[in-house]
Amino acid sequence: MEGARRTSIRGSLLMARLVLSSPTGFAGAVIVAGLLILSLIGPVLAPYDPYKQDMSERLMPPSWEHPFGTDQLGRDILSRVLYGCRISLSIALLVVAISATIGLLLGLVSGYFGGLVDEALMRVTDLFFAFPRLILAMAVAAALGPSIINTMLAIATVSWPVYARLVRACVLQVRNETYIEAARAIGAGHVRILFRHVLPMVVHVVLVQATLDLGSIILLAAGLSFIGLGAPPPTPEWGLMVSEGRLYIRSQWWVSTFPGLAIMISALGFNMLGDALRDAFDVRLGR
Amino acid sequence: MSSPLLEVRDLIVHFYTREGVVKALDGVMLSVGRGEIVSLVGETGSGKTVTALSIMRLLDHNARIVRGEVLFEGRNLLQLSEEEMRRIRGREISMIFQEPKSALNPVLTVGFQLREALEAHGEEGEAALEKVLSMLRRVGLPDPERLVNRYPHELSGGMAQRVMIAMALLMRPKLLIADEPTSALDVTVQAQILELIQSLVREMNTSVLFITHDLGVAAEISDRIAVMYAGVVVEQGNVYDVFEEPLHPYTRGLLAAIPRPGRELMAIEGEVPSLLNPPSGCRFHPRCPAVMEVCKRVKPRLVEVEPGRLVACHLYGGE
Repeated sequence: MEGARRTSIRGSLLMARLVLSSPTGFAGAVIVAGLLILSLIGPVLAPYDPYKQDMSERLMPPSWEHPFGTDQLGRDILSRVLYGCRISLSIALLVVAISATIGLLLGLVSGYFGGLVDEALMRVTDLFFAFPRLILAMAVAAALGPSIINTMLAIATVSWPVYARLVRACVLQVRNETYIEAARAIGAGHVRILFRHVLPMVVHVVLVQATLDLGSIILLAAGLSFIGLGAPPPTPEWGLMVSEGRLYIRSQWWVSTFPGLAIMISALGFNMLGDALRDAFDVRLGR
Repeated sequence: MSSPLLEVRDLIVHFYTREGVVKALDGVMLSVGRGEIVSLVGETGSGKTVTALSIMRLLDHNARIVRGEVLFEGRNLLQLSEEEMRRIRGREISMIFQEPKSALNPVLTVGFQLREALEAHGEEGEAALEKVLSMLRRVGLPDPERLVNRYPHELSGGMAQRVMIAMALLMRPKLLIADEPTSALDVTVQAQILELIQSLVREMNTSVLFITHDLGVAAEISDRIAVMYAGVVVEQGNVYDVFEEPLHPYTRGLLAAIPRPGRELMAIEGEVPSLLNPPSGCRFHPRCPAVMEVCKRVKPRLVEVEPGRLVACHLYGGE
């Protein structure tokens, strides 16, 4: 229905205004937008080939020629950070897409049908929550071997339970609403009810969690790479770059610092945007 | 009435809760004829809604239908598969609820939800929209073309209940179960809604099971009336007969508890019993002014004292 679409566009605009009106939301949105743009056009902006080594230029401090300096193999750090943006963001977005979808589906089923399925599923998530996320991810990544795809698989494996739990809790609230009963009373089947009536009520929770999660997934991916369980060299991955520079941190600070800053800024950006989104939804629900 | 449209026979429903087994329905007997409006009256917790949900097979997971039959056009609904039952809901039997605004999904437009009632039974497209619009007109809602794009929060309680009625009657069901449809509405709106239901079902020859705790409303709308107490139908009959000459002591008490000017208000002594541990024999016996020794031991059966006039009380049983 066209009117419905128009109203939902109006709703989205309202949400955007609410998010942007808070300082952190605005800052977060700017950072995230910047990251997205850089990951699209970063390779064009990069002044050098990120893989090109030049031993005569190794460990040069920041200069006009190399604004972020060069690393132990003489590669331009600015170029590598710019290329790394695309890698980190792709990992984060893909992982979130995979784990949020899995968690959402399992949470919907678990919360809506309850019973044994629910009980079994929730014990499985308990198992995941019993370990720190990084430790579990390390175990999975170590078992799969270092590559970017495996990093993503490892992080997705340990990320979906949060979504499943969150969605389930939300579904439990929605399930007993009269409109669900009313939908059943007109002869709607379970699938129709789950996707048309329950799903729209839990999407916002997933959205907020996903935004907040993007930041921590970037950290997690960087962490895995840092300890050698993530992207293999010579990938321009931020965590790996920090790791490679740590030998020189006392004398050649720039090797680790710039990719480290990139990690920090992107994690911060997603967190601020996520917080603002959550607040915006709260305002809307509390009104 | 040769065979009634709906016949509930000896329906026993238990709820399994943390505190124990709640014996919510204890052998409910009820019938609704074709084109007839039957009111199911009783206090909160007497099992009216549970009866309705049992007929629709929409009880929660923790409920068990222990025994009984729900015969709809001769078919026992309790033996149908979930898919067969789904096809009956909305098409043959539909339901409206007490809180019309919470019976509409807040994030979906009115039109979307109305069309869904048709889509669930395979009717889609332009024709479905046309049907929705004409139904909205029939329930007295102005400007249906704009209304379909509205969200539930933009509607008043009365409008929302009209929408619900439209939704319930879209598929021209044979039976409409109305669970306290006017209790949450203002008195003036209440009267309009009652009138609307009455005229629409007469037009469509739909039977109604009208659940209410308001005897005034029941007297207004129904052909027949069934009185429930603590999970049992204690009396059933033509609405005039029951109001003129109530047979069961509980019905008498209930009618005496309606405030009228110039008459002293009579309250029924005691409290509604806990259904976790209901009284033995007749469930009303601890509060009954005419209690006899047999009432404590034997549960009275619903017997026909006159044609169409049933009561479950040892005063009339002769057993």
